Amino acid sequence: MPEQPDRHIVIVGAGTAGCTAAGQLAREGYRISLIEKESEPGGKVIKWYQLFPDRRKSKEVLKYLQGEIDNPLINISLNTAVESIKKEHDKFIVTTTHGVLSPADAVLMATGFDLFNPERKEEYGYGIYNDVITSVELEEKFHSGSVITSKGVVPERVGIVHCVGSRDEKVGNFHCSKVCCVTAVKQAIEIREMLPGTEVFCFYMDMRMFGPYYEELYREAQEKWGVNFIRGKVSEASENIEGRLLVKVEDTLAGKPLKMQVDLLVLMIGIENSLSGRKIAEDLDLKIGINGFFSVRDNHYGNNRSSLEGIFYAGTCTAAMNITDTISHARASVVEIDGYVKSKVNKVKV
Amino acid sequence: MKNFGFSSIKPRVIDYDRNNRAVMEYIMEHEPSFALCIGCGGCAATCSAAQFTEMSLRKLNILIKRGENDEVRRLMNKCMLCGKCTLVCPRGVNTRNVIFLTQQAFNKLDNYAI
Repeated sequence: MPEQPDRHIVIVGAGTAGCTAAGQLAREGYRISLIEKESEPGGKVIKWYQLFPDRRKSKEVLKYLQGEIDNPLINISLNTAVESIKKEHDKFIVTTTHGVLSPADAVLMATGFDLFNPERKEEYGYGIYNDVITSVELEEKFHSGSVITSKGVVPERVGIVHCVGSRDEKVGNFHCSKVCCVTAVKQAIEIREMLPGTEVFCFYMDMRMFGPYYEELYREAQEKWGVNFIRGKVSEASENIEGRLLVKVEDTLAGKPLKMQVDLLVLMIGIENSLSGRKIAEDLDLKIGINGFFSVRDNHYGNNRSSLEGIFYAGTCTAAMNITDTISHARASVVEIDGYVKSKVNKVKV
Repeated sequence: MKNFGFSSIKPRVIDYDRNNRAVMEYIMEHEPSFALCIGCGGCAATCSAAQFTEMSLRKLNILIKRGENDEVRRLMNKCMLCGKCTLVCPRGVNTRNVIFLTQQAFNKLDNYAI
């Protein structure tokens, strides 16, 4: 592969997708400007303790991503946000909070996702009751090595609520966030492993075990770890006089309403297209789908291409996806970008 | 007639081909959001009537769709029309209107109007 350091690609976001694409493009000889608004690369993976389905440490994936961007052709700018992107002829002028970058041949949006703010689902009591926490906050507890309630005691019973901010018209999200079901199963197992005396109940609408070894993990949760599953959407959570959380749900399979006290309630918050990504897209007038994610040119064979030539997508800015799919999607974007840039070069030659 | 000790038991199978689904069709026509139910039970969890009666809107919805009209008649009058179910529904089904329409549909059905 000939070196083409005169070819410059800007990648917005140094999460799983951004780092993967940066590494691959640099190996193809492209000069990369990798822009990250946070203080370190790695994106949302940083927040996770272990990953589904094999419960490997998330640090291993972070190490892989770090290795990908360890290349002299990649210039990473941390604590830097993109202010605007303008297309001038076939070049892109990217302005960041730290100045204007040299004109780019293409831009890859790897802007990722935001986690749903559960305060928007007030009936679940997040921000009102101390022991209603998010799936991410539970990962922080795993990181710290101790899962205790706000009262400083080991919970006797933990409830896990699926679909918080997903498949819910009331918060404006029709889509399924895909990864929360299996995250719930993984976290239920982790709780049971860490606290064998603690009961765990998952409240679900449908168990969507779409990936390899997900169904097996679900089975393991039942068989080996005694995790309980109740089919029903939680309608509300409130605190009772003893300071325990009271969950109300219909046990749809029993056909009766059910109430249950838990000591810790974990909300499986969903995935939304990132606000910062959407802001950048406004400038460029990129199309957004009804699910709030970026619309791809073709759902089957053009899902790295945007509505504007030269702007590409990788990862969860286009749809909810797991790490494996994000990496595949990012690698695929490299082929698209390389093809696009080469087609421009060839045109100039003619 | 000699009594052999047998009695006839009403089969509990949903006889889909024989059931009358005019009520379902009436509701679908006047409240299309009725089709969107995914059976999550959020409505039934928040239902005040369900605390003391067999009322379950989730169950009612599916019984209407299957044409199990005897059960629907039994359940539909247990609703107190408070509308909490409508506030909860993640699919935006106008559940309160479904109840109204169910009652309307049975009135019409009984008067051969549908």
